[in-house]
Amino acid sequence: MAEIGLSPFLIAVAFMSFLGLMLSGILALANRKLWVYEDPRIDEIEELLPSTNCGACGTAGCRPFAEALIKGELKPAQCTVSSRDATQEIADYLGVDAGDVVKRVARLACAGGAHVARNQAHYDGLASCRAAAVISGGPKGCAWGCIGLSDCAEVCDQAAIHMNPVGLPVVDPEKCTACNDCVEICPKGLFSLQPVTHQLWVACKNLLHGDEAEADCEVTCTACGKCAADAPDGLIEIHQNLAIIDYQNNHLASPAAIERCPTGAIVWIEQEQATKGKAAKRVLRQQPLPIR
Amino acid sequence: MKLFRRHSFSHGVHPPAHKDGTAQIPVRRLPFPPRLILPLGQHIGAPAKSLVKKGEEVVRGQPLAAADGAVSVPLHAPATGRVRNLESVLTSRGSWEPAIILDVYEASTQEVLWRESRDLENLNPEALLQAIQDMGLVGLGGAAFPSHIKLRIPEGKEVDTLVINGCECEPYLTCDHRIMLEYPDDLIRGIHLAMRASGTSKAVIGIEDNKMDAVRLLQEKLAGTDNIRAQAVETKYPQGSEKMLIKSLLGREVPAGGIPADIGVVVNNVGTLAALGRLLPRGEGLIERVITVTGPGIKRQGNYLVPLGTPIGFILEQAGYSGGPNEFILGGPMMGPAVSSLDTPITKGTSGLLVLNEPQVREESRPRWACIKCGHCVTACPMHLNPAWLGQLAAAGEYAQMAEAANLNHCFECGCCSYVCPSNIPLVQYFRMAKAINREKAA
Repeated sequence: MAEIGLSPFLIAVAFMSFLGLMLSGILALANRKLWVYEDPRIDEIEELLPSTNCGACGTAGCRPFAEALIKGELKPAQCTVSSRDATQEIADYLGVDAGDVVKRVARLACAGGAHVARNQAHYDGLASCRAAAVISGGPKGCAWGCIGLSDCAEVCDQAAIHMNPVGLPVVDPEKCTACNDCVEICPKGLFSLQPVTHQLWVACKNLLHGDEAEADCEVTCTACGKCAADAPDGLIEIHQNLAIIDYQNNHLASPAAIERCPTGAIVWIEQEQATKGKAAKRVLRQQPLPIR
Repeated sequence: MKLFRRHSFSHGVHPPAHKDGTAQIPVRRLPFPPRLILPLGQHIGAPAKSLVKKGEEVVRGQPLAAADGAVSVPLHAPATGRVRNLESVLTSRGSWEPAIILDVYEASTQEVLWRESRDLENLNPEALLQAIQDMGLVGLGGAAFPSHIKLRIPEGKEVDTLVINGCECEPYLTCDHRIMLEYPDDLIRGIHLAMRASGTSKAVIGIEDNKMDAVRLLQEKLAGTDNIRAQAVETKYPQGSEKMLIKSLLGREVPAGGIPADIGVVVNNVGTLAALGRLLPRGEGLIERVITVTGPGIKRQGNYLVPLGTPIGFILEQAGYSGGPNEFILGGPMMGPAVSSLDTPITKGTSGLLVLNEPQVREESRPRWACIKCGHCVTACPMHLNPAWLGQLAAAGEYAQMAEAANLNHCFECGCCSYVCPSNIPLVQYFRMAKAINREKAA
């Protein structure tokens, strides 16, 4: 038997070689028949994008954005994370116009830090704004104001938000991609995404009037109406005891509107740095106000 | 061994009762405050629609707002006065609600000046339910669910037993105890009316066995009645939750996600039925309620009959309270929300005002530690959930997972898990926050 039969070793080698050849044949065939053309530029553009997958452009991530660029559906400038140079590089590569998109940043409609806005109670629960808001709306005297327990800073993937010494979030305009995460997390709805060209800004949401509003916060909008009177018609309106800016008429805006504001609730923003008007009372205090 | 079976349920906790300070003091009336704050949404369901304008004069008992749809109840003026304004106020839940602000006349009388008489004997159940809605009655135990909806048996369901909840398992509170002792005839009249409205043939009053005086009094009053009985149940928290009480009294279990009507039961609180039996025959609306004002921070503790809309600051002025750091809680210490403003009004669902002062407040700010997986919360949870797991999911922000996998929505926030947690993890606060976020996502 031994002299005519093949050794088990040779059988195994032959069988495995046959199997390997057959399967590689199927793979080679499949590669031919099932191959899909993909634009090589997608990979190239994806390389140039920041890979943050933040979603601020409106697509699911950087690769879908690259696909949309090649189809011509979006403009390179709509990526708010890329630098000017990177955007220009993509535009040059594709031979298209980079587009002109006004940068948007997240802005907080509250200026009531611990040094100017009173707490009416001491809060000692979970250190989260959402958790504090379900208990009587939180400890702050002003029911509309920032609770200051930094849910927004924690949710920000770009590390663009930090809390300042008086407990208000500060947005770094360079890092902010306008992804909307802080807008969604804030239980008081204080954040909104604003084009940087919206330079006139009301940093308050308090709906009380006059002294009632000022009892809780020194930088509140008291609905005195001076800004609305000084601004061109149709730009500022007092609605429900709060100054509301109609950004449809943003081209009329000028720093003249903020000059007579007694509290400094309405500000003029230059490079995301807010300036108060001349009439606004100066706050030198840095310590938190005592509980009422 | 039925002889030795104590009427009770499994799991739960035994917090110290703290009821001695108020249980023996009769209910007293408080004067009218100068201003009443009356939110239009004091009940579960659609807020009432205002019937009055700014500056209008109203008399005590007159309807101020009408029910807006089926799941809603009207609101009546608790005092004679003038409507100061209609504005939004912040509630203890942290949401904004429209409210009527009423300036009370200094010489306002305690007599109710507005009533709607009905011939109660000849009303059919449907008309009786309508009358209950018109009087603005809601569950006075705390949930403030409209009573006419609760007593209306859903189509296709058969209900045989009315359970009356006189457990008052929350520490400190004694208002239901006092109501059973002082208004037993109103309560029994209310039970008869509720049985007629719901079409139930039997009724059983469940009372924790630390209130045997109330059990004996009601048993005496009910001596000649064979379809209503008063039954003592074990003193254990949360015996007063309707699912626990049904299990203790009848041995039936409400299916997960179901309501008591699924197993033939309808549950009402003693305070609710006493109000029903007292007000409906007179044709008056619900304009005041008994609340327990208690806690170490209060000088003159007791049960007070207060007009709805009274700001807690006024009650504190009347009852006297010690200064220093106080914590103000609406309701009992286990489930009641802490409030941050003394302008917060008493509403239909407020059963007490508890003021804790320095030592207890400091006790509450003990340091928090990580979960050590001891399982105390699991053995305390009366709904047989796993609070430790829920807490970990909440800390990781997995709110959807909490509802889908860990049955968050079966939690009724009784607070047993937070009470027993040796690491002081604020579990219920996590759950309330998670529920609020899930509700927001669904909307």
